[in-house]
Amino acid sequence: MDSAPQPAATKPTPKPAHAPEPVRRRRGNRVVAGVAGGVADHLGVEVFWVRAVFAALTALNGIGIVAYGLLWLFVPQRAADTPEPTAKPQERQQALGLVALGIGAAVVSGLLTGPVSGWIVGPLAVALVGAAVVWREADEAQRRRWRDGAKSGLVGTGRAGVVRVLSGVALVAIGIGVLLISSYGIDQLRFALLAVVATLGGAAVLTVPLWIKLINDLGEERRVRIRTEERAEIAAHLHDSVLQTLALIQKQSEHPREVKRLARGQERQLRDWLYGRSVDESDRPTTLSAAVAKASGEVEDQFALAVQQVVVGDCDLDHNLLALVQAAREAMVNAAKHAGVAEISVYGEVEPERVAVFVRDRGKGFDPELVPEDRHGLADSIRGRMDRHGGEVRLRTTPGEGTEVQLYMPRKTSGAAGARSTEAGT
Amino acid sequence: MTAEKTPVRVFLVDDHALFRAGVRAELDSITDEVDVVGEAGSVGEAVVGINHVKPDVVLLDVHMPEGGGAEVLRQVRTTLPDVVFLALSVSDAAEDVIAVIRAGARGYVTKTISSQELVRAVVRVSDGDAVFSPRLAGFVLDAFADRPGAAPISDPELDLLTPRERDVLRLLARGYAYKEIASELFISVKTVETHVSSVLRKTQLSNRYELSRWASDRRLV
Repeated sequence: MDSAPQPAATKPTPKPAHAPEPVRRRRGNRVVAGVAGGVADHLGVEVFWVRAVFAALTALNGIGIVAYGLLWLFVPQRAADTPEPTAKPQERQQALGLVALGIGAAVVSGLLTGPVSGWIVGPLAVALVGAAVVWREADEAQRRRWRDGAKSGLVGTGRAGVVRVLSGVALVAIGIGVLLISSYGIDQLRFALLAVVATLGGAAVLTVPLWIKLINDLGEERRVRIRTEERAEIAAHLHDSVLQTLALIQKQSEHPREVKRLARGQERQLRDWLYGRSVDESDRPTTLSAAVAKASGEVEDQFALAVQQVVVGDCDLDHNLLALVQAAREAMVNAAKHAGVAEISVYGEVEPERVAVFVRDRGKGFDPELVPEDRHGLADSIRGRMDRHGGEVRLRTTPGEGTEVQLYMPRKTSGAAGARSTEAGT
Repeated sequence: MTAEKTPVRVFLVDDHALFRAGVRAELDSITDEVDVVGEAGSVGEAVVGINHVKPDVVLLDVHMPEGGGAEVLRQVRTTLPDVVFLALSVSDAAEDVIAVIRAGARGYVTKTISSQELVRAVVRVSDGDAVFSPRLAGFVLDAFADRPGAAPISDPELDLLTPRERDVLRLLARGYAYKEIASELFISVKTVETHVSSVLRKTQLSNRYELSRWASDRRLV
């Protein structure tokens, strides 16, 4: 008879030392459905012996098959992420051998004991194999669902899955069909088929509302789950960022500067998260506006002041523009260190031919002539850097009224489309 | 300014009670130039309250449930054309801010503005001037930028900024005060105000911004 039970793979599993876990079918290392392997794991014996027992039972009028099928139905699969031992090839062969042996024994015993004769058994076997294929595919679909999270589907994904299910269904249909034809003849079969189809159709129509409700419930359930997940994600984010910062602020409430710095930093972070800008690339911004925002943020954090930044237009960051942003950052740092102000304004504008950045404070200002020789900030970090990349620096400062550093960098003509390329068409 | 005689009567609209309380406390404590005469936490409340109190200036949150600041403007502007609105928001989204300006607000400041500056802005809009924070100036410059994908210019009067207006906006975006802009461009403060008002009018009436690549799309072509 047919299919023998056989389980899969092999490998002695580590003995469950203490409290045995509930039986779980194996996911990997299986020959049919992992039932034998699961039972073996549960009992802590070699899977070979379990298979042998199934094969032997199969010889007794196919009881082994029935037992195997029932276990398949009622024993859940192991969770997808459980580690599974790998099977040695010969164990797999051994298992297949046992399957064949079980089937052979069942056939022989069937022939000998008479009541189940060959012409019934044949088609039945075909039907059972078909059923096994479909069930196996259902296991696969479930496994995939575990893996892919929310995605669902009866059959899982992939053409191969569909083909397997269809061929399984075909096998079942052929098996049953042949069985019926040989028992009752074509005419009766036709009648029976019609009756069955009519009954199924009637049942389907009657239960339509049920199906619809089922589908709706499923959809609703999925929506709720997605919403819950989103909520959880937001909650996690708020906890990690905002709540922590609020706690810090309470602790630092004696130090207004520190509170301000924390609040600004948190505000920026939250804003980036909410408006989804630029910022997972926090390591390396790719556009001018993102780079300016990042530099401003760093200065804010470092010096506990506010940097009001506005960028008009945007373009991709290239080598020269990176230098421009670095120079601008240096200018901000200078302002933060020396101007004695609580706010700096940064304005960037992308024009067709060049990019301009202005860094301005309303602080002390200074006399450029009087800057000590050993101060390199302006000379090297700003002017030197801009010169090397073909840019230009202008400085406006008046003692007592503040300072504005004006940085201009020509754009490469091939550069990415800027905010204001003059040609409309491309 | 009108300050010495009667204080400017201000109405606060914001769905965060905490924020309203904060602004109210600060405005009350630092100056006599403004007087908070009422507040509302929702669009409906605001419409009723403004109609009842008839304030000089409404400080209007851009983001609120049920349509936000723009909805309040829509419902009140027709009946009370004399009430002046100043948008106040934490929003970074250009289209939200521009929407409120287009609905009739006379300016936009961010909520991080200092109290003194807020008072100055309130007094200024109550005098009929426009208030452009650097950020709003940046948004408007972006909106009028001549870039691929922008709406065609159907009315040059409305759809283009004059070079002078552009200069003024740029300086605003760079953080300059009106007085500083005036001396930078060798014009009077009054002229700066005229330019800003004219930019405000264009922002409200032009369709230019509608096809510009705003916000999400504001970045590269």
